[in-house]
Parts: sequence; structure tokens; C-alpha cells
Amino acid sequence: MANFRSPLTSCTSHSAIQFVQTELDNGLMVLVKETQAAPVASFWVWYRVGSRNEHLGVTGISHWVEHMLFKGTPSFPKGSAEKAIARQGGVFNGATWYDFTTFYATLPAERIELSLRIEADRMVNAEFDPAEVEAERSVILSERQGAENSPQFLLHEELMGAALRVHPYGSPTIGHMCDLETISPAQLRQYYETHYVPNNALIVVTGDIDASGMLELVEEHFGGIARGPEAPMVTAVEPPQRGERRVVVRREGFVPYLAEAFRAPGVREPDFFALAVLNAILTGASAMTFQGGGLTNKSSRLYRALVAQKLAVDVSGMLLPTIDPFVYTLSAVGRPGGSLADLEEALETELARVKTEEVLTEEVEKAIKQAQAQFAYSRESVTGQALWLGFSEIFADHTWAENYLNNLSAVTVEDVRQVAELYLDRSRQTVAWYIPASQT
Amino acid sequence: MSFPGPEDITRHVLGNGVVLLVRENRVSPSVVLTGSLKVGAYDEPRQMAGLASFTADSLMRGTETRSFDEIYGALEGVGASMGISGGTHTTGFGGKSLGNELPLMLDLLSDCLRRPSLPREEVEKVRGEIMADLAERAHDTGRMANLTFYELAYPKEHPYAVSLTGYPETIETIGWDDLAEFHRRGYGPRGMVVVVVGAVETGQVVEQVDEAFGDWEGEEFPREPLPEVGRITEVRQRTVSIADKTQSDIVLGYPGPARTDPDFLDARVCNTVLGVFGLMGRLGEKVRDQQGLAYSSYSRLSGGPGRGPWRVLAGVSPANVEPAVASMRKEIRRICDEPVGRDELSDCQAYLTGSMPLQLETNAGVASSILSIERYDLGLDYLQRYEELIRAVTPDGVQAAARRWLDPDAYALAIAGPPRSEEGAR
Repeated sequence: MANFRSPLTSCTSHSAIQFVQTELDNGLMVLVKETQAAPVASFWVWYRVGSRNEHLGVTGISHWVEHMLFKGTPSFPKGSAEKAIARQGGVFNGATWYDFTTFYATLPAERIELSLRIEADRMVNAEFDPAEVEAERSVILSERQGAENSPQFLLHEELMGAALRVHPYGSPTIGHMCDLETISPAQLRQYYETHYVPNNALIVVTGDIDASGMLELVEEHFGGIARGPEAPMVTAVEPPQRGERRVVVRREGFVPYLAEAFRAPGVREPDFFALAVLNAILTGASAMTFQGGGLTNKSSRLYRALVAQKLAVDVSGMLLPTIDPFVYTLSAVGRPGGSLADLEEALETELARVKTEEVLTEEVEKAIKQAQAQFAYSRESVTGQALWLGFSEIFADHTWAENYLNNLSAVTVEDVRQVAELYLDRSRQTVAWYIPASQT
Repeated sequence: MSFPGPEDITRHVLGNGVVLLVRENRVSPSVVLTGSLKVGAYDEPRQMAGLASFTADSLMRGTETRSFDEIYGALEGVGASMGISGGTHTTGFGGKSLGNELPLMLDLLSDCLRRPSLPREEVEKVRGEIMADLAERAHDTGRMANLTFYELAYPKEHPYAVSLTGYPETIETIGWDDLAEFHRRGYGPRGMVVVVVGAVETGQVVEQVDEAFGDWEGEEFPREPLPEVGRITEVRQRTVSIADKTQSDIVLGYPGPARTDPDFLDARVCNTVLGVFGLMGRLGEKVRDQQGLAYSSYSRLSGGPGRGPWRVLAGVSPANVEPAVASMRKEIRRICDEPVGRDELSDCQAYLTGSMPLQLETNAGVASSILSIERYDLGLDYLQRYEELIRAVTPDGVQAAARRWLDPDAYALAIAGPPRSEEGAR
């Protein structure tokens, strides 16, 4: 094994579990974690590029490049990589998010090298054949049209666009229709050559593997890939919001929806953890990953105030960890024929309560217990473990997830009241209403 | 790791017929509880479509000794979650918690299944939530295409032709007495299966489940056999127009084999070739990829105790509906007319057997496999025999299954999307 910089950390926390972090000479960061839970291994490549790196005119380009990376290379012609993985009984997929694009495969452990071959190959050899770009354009337009069929997609797009008018987080990852109609093969290729390079990537491997043997394999497959250009910095900073913003969507339908967005603190600020506790108290514990999921929330404050009071049929909150400060959102599905004004007023009343009165110690303790259970669930599978390692390394570093429970435990009832007062500020909120045609 | 089998799955039958299956797994400190009762939409009168689902949705709203807040406060307070939901043949339940909270989940489950009080105010909230969901469904192209497909593919009197969650006009008229009566008559220990997988000790689980359900008494709900489902012999097509939509959903399909049909695994391999393998099989390759007609195109084989559907689905731009349907039919014709190549078959077999460890990676995955094994009487060594069974499928078997169940010229086809006049408008 050669060409490794000295591992940044290399620790053995349990006789059977080894974790190694290192960086290859070409700048590729590698995290490997052994876990003998099941005879499988999960291999992920995370690129530090997503819709955060886009601007108007090329929105959706990261997601489109992700699609093109499934279109084959000279060594793995179109369709052959997914077939090769499927033949070995693996799962294979990709995802594009605000802060990253990731590709992963989970396979029986002894066959995991196949995914290293595929990922190393498409890190440099993806083809952007104009005919394939055009075929994919219609697929992506169709994906966007499918999303537009959903009232919640339309409402969320308007909410984010109003809440964040400067930062790229305000645009949807799928992209705006006009950009999807005009992005060219040359733009896609240039974007790929700029961002999908080893020095802008992170590899995560978990599973029933030998960490040092895996590092050798990673070096063998990825060590020879040349360092790429430095990706342009994202310089956008969302200016302060100086007043309430409101948007309305009117479409066919019967069901009204309400969504509100508030500026959230960055993930490294202590306020983030206090806001996570507040979110659990208001809307129940959420899984916090880009994949969503969570527990039921029928004992949460907003469920009791909105759903139990028959003003809504569902309520949820979302606090996402991101590289740059994001928004904290609250969403409710109204009752058919119900009043959005009444729903919004009831929500405001509850938010006013957490700003003026301390929450109960038991509520904070419950939020921590829920987070502990969520962490246990997410670690059942090696795929889940790899996801958390890579995801947290993207927006902070992998220790963020490890320290998450401790940081939550340090939150006090007064912290919760203070973040409520500071962040759930009515004069800096963005409110979106979806008014179904049956109510107009 | 060897696959779960008779060596490490404990099957225990309680005195009242409740079947318990337990598998220990200490990889993570969590546990999954799942299972089913033999009661469902099958047992509801047609004019009360949605009754079984409405009843199941109401059970956790309050019991003789616990309020709604107490039930969910106890569960959510320890990071656990649990739900009960009505299906066609069975009513399912599922929960997840840290291992040491299993007794709490069992206690709450038993209380909700056996002693629900159906508080009237809570029942009205459930009704409101179902009505809102049905209002959303009416504007959801995917859900409307599926609903319409079932109506086209099955005879009117068949339970599969009726919506599980019901219709606004049936949900509105179901009374409190109907829910209480359905629960009284339908819910009991006969046919109940409980599966527990996770960080638990088997002996303790047997005791805990016996304590929760061992003294439940009741006879099985008598059931008429399912109505006959004939082969579709013509094109049955219906289009649902939904204003203000930008995409159309297509569902084309047939009543398929039951899970217990002898050619079910032939059909499963056939379906894998057609719309699952790699990026959604031949359908994904042709309809989505080569022709760029859709964001997604794939196929699904349901199985189940009755003749569940075998469907081909796609979401497409409204202008592409006809070419997409033509392309789907072409692939169906091909799989009926031409034997699948040895390599393609072997790829799909490798996928079906090789993906087993992944399905069994989580407690929930193991639990759902064990529940299927019990429901369809596949034998506790089924997962260990699975590879051999799949390897035994031949090109002839695949083609015979395709010809028996599919037909490119006679099918049910449901399309939901914008009215033709709105196409192209955004």
C-alpha cells in the first residue's frame, strides 16, 4: 500500500470495529468503517456538488449530470454497470441534493470491488453523447412534470423561492423548466469536468470488510485519477430578511396546504441543536436525512393544536443539516374546505407559546430519547451507516453525527425558548398558502 | 451469515391459535414487531367500502383504559412507533422500538386490538382525515390510474375491484355502530400471526406475547370464497381527466397469479426480466431510456392470497401516452412470443437470489419475510431453499407464465392525466 498521506485519524473503538480516515495524493478523501453486522458492504462516492453550486440558467444541471453518469462509458456501456451490480445481487443508485451528488452500491461484501471499478471509471470516463443528452432531457422534463402534479411540490418551490431569493438553495434541485429546456451537452460536460473530480469527492465504505485491504483497493482503483481543477467557491450569502413574505399558489383541487419557513442557524452552531429539540417538541422527531422518514408525531404540540383540533389532517417540521444556513420549515395539510387563515392563526398561537413559556423538561428528555432510538434504527443496516458517515462529512464532518446525541443532551429548556424567540420570528417568516380552486 | 431458517426462527403456537415467530438479532439494540389478523376489506359489505380500513385506523384512538394521548405519549416518549392498517385479506400491524420496550409495544397493541373504545370524537377525526385523503386522491394521477385499473381488471363483485380506503360516499355513511360491529365480529386470535425480530430473548418474547394475547378468545370470521376472476379477453380502457396536471400516469395490466400458484416463481422471474432487473428491466431500457418517453417505467407483480394484479406502470408527458402504451405492449408481446435468452435469465436469477442478503439486512426485512413464509405456508427453510427454487426456473417456464397471465392485445388500461385540451399548457 503506497501513496497514502498519513491517516488523519485511525482509531479502534472496539476490537471488531475499525474506522479509518485518509486522503489520497489526488485529494480524494476516504472513510472506511468495518462492521460485521451482515455479510454485505456499502460503497459510496459523494461529490461536493449539488444545486448549491448552481445559478439561474443552469439550475438542475447537477441532477442532470447524475443522470448522465448512468449513460455508460467505453468500459461500461450503457446499462452494463447496473446489470453487473444486479447480477451480483446488489442495489445501485444515485441521488442529487442541495449540497452533494452521491452514487452508491450495496453488495454481498466479497463482491464490493465491482462498485469501485464502476465508480472510478465514471469519475473520468462519462460520455455526454448529444443524442443521449436529448433523450435524457425528455426524461428529466417528464420527472419535473411528474413533480408538478403534486400540490406540495408546487407550494414548497414557491416557499423556498420566496424565503431564499439570493442563495441557490432557493431553487429546486430538479431545476427550473426553462433551464431544463436549454442546458447543452457542452455545459453538462464542462460541469462534470469541473466538479466530479477526486479532490472534490469523498468515498465511504462500510460493511463486512477489512479496512486496510479496502484502502489498498481504493488506492488501486482511484489513486491514478488525476486531480481536477478547484471547484469555484459558492459565494452567495442570503441577505437578512427584513419583513414577512407571503406567497399564494392557486390550482385545481380540494385540499388546502400551509407552509412556513424561518431562517435556521448553521449546523455547527449550538442553536442548531436547540432548534432540533424544539422541532421534535413541535412536530415530533424526524430522521433528518435527505431521505426523510421518522416516527409518528401524535403527541407533539402542533399535532395536538392543529390535527387534534380538526384544523389540519397532518403537520410536519423539517430541519435539515446543510453546508450553508438553511430554513426551518413547518408544513400542514388542511381539511378540504377548511380555512387557511384559521390554520395559520392556530399555528401562530402555538409558536407564540414556545417563545414566551419554557417548555417542560420532560419534553426535552423525550426529544433526546427519540433521537437515540432514531440513531439505533439508522444503524441497523450498513447502507444506513454509510449514508450517515458521508452525509455528515459533507455538511460538517463525520464526527458531527457521533456527537449529535451529546449536543442534544446539552440543550436546556431556556435554550429552547431562546431559539424559539430568535428564529421563529413572525417579522422574518415566509408563509405560503396553497388555495385549491374549489375554495375560490 | 446463513439465512434465517428453522435453526434460528422459533415458531410457537399459543393455545388460542395465535402463531408467534421470533428471531433474535443483536446487531443493533432495536426490535421490530409485525404481524396480521385475518380480517380485512374482504369481510366488509360492498356498500360500506372502506369499513375495514376505517376500523383499523380508529383502533389506536383510545381503549377502555387509555386515551389517544396516553397511547401515543407512551410510544413516542420512548422513540417507538406503531401502526395498525386494514388490508384486503388481513389487517396488519407493525411497530419498532428499542429492544427493552417490546413489552410496552405488546401491551399497547393488545389493548388497541382487543379493547378499543372507539371514542366518538376521535372517530370523527379519523373520518375527516380519510375524507381529506380521498380528496387528495381525486387529484393524484398515480392513485387515480391505479384505482381505475383495479375497477377495470376485476369483476364488480370482487373485493379487489373496490377501493381499500373507500369512497367519499361510503365513508360519510359508515356509522359508529358499523365500526364497533365490524370490530366485534371480525377481530380475534384465529389466523393471527405475530413476528418479533431484533434484540430480544426468545423465551421472554414467548411469555410476553402469551401474556398479551394468550387469553384472547374468539372464533374465525366465516368467509365466502373469492369470486372467480376470468382472463381479460378484450381491451378495457378508461381515461380519467384531472385538471391542472402536467403528467399522465399509465397502468396497464391483468389479474396475475396468487402467491400460492405453482407458477408464481416463474412469473416472478418473468416480471424481473420485464420491468425490474437493473434499471427496471426491458421496460426501463426501452420506454424510459431508449425512447426517453417517461421518467419511470417498470412492472410489478403483486401475488397475495388471491389473484393480485400484474401491472406495467409509467409516468409520462401527456403527449407521450400513446407511444408509451405502444412501447409497453411491444415488450409484453416480446416476452410472450420469444423465449428469454439464457444470459438474460441467468442475470435475473442471480439478481433475485443475490439480493436476498440485502433484503435481510434490517430487522424489518427479516420480519416481513418471516410473515410471508407463515402466511403462504412456504416452510421455515424457504429462504434457504429460495436460490434453488429460482435457479430451477427455465426459459420455457418464463414464457409459459407470460403467456398464461399477460396478453399484448387484451388488457386493462387506465390513464389519469390532464384533459386533452390542456396538453402542452403549463
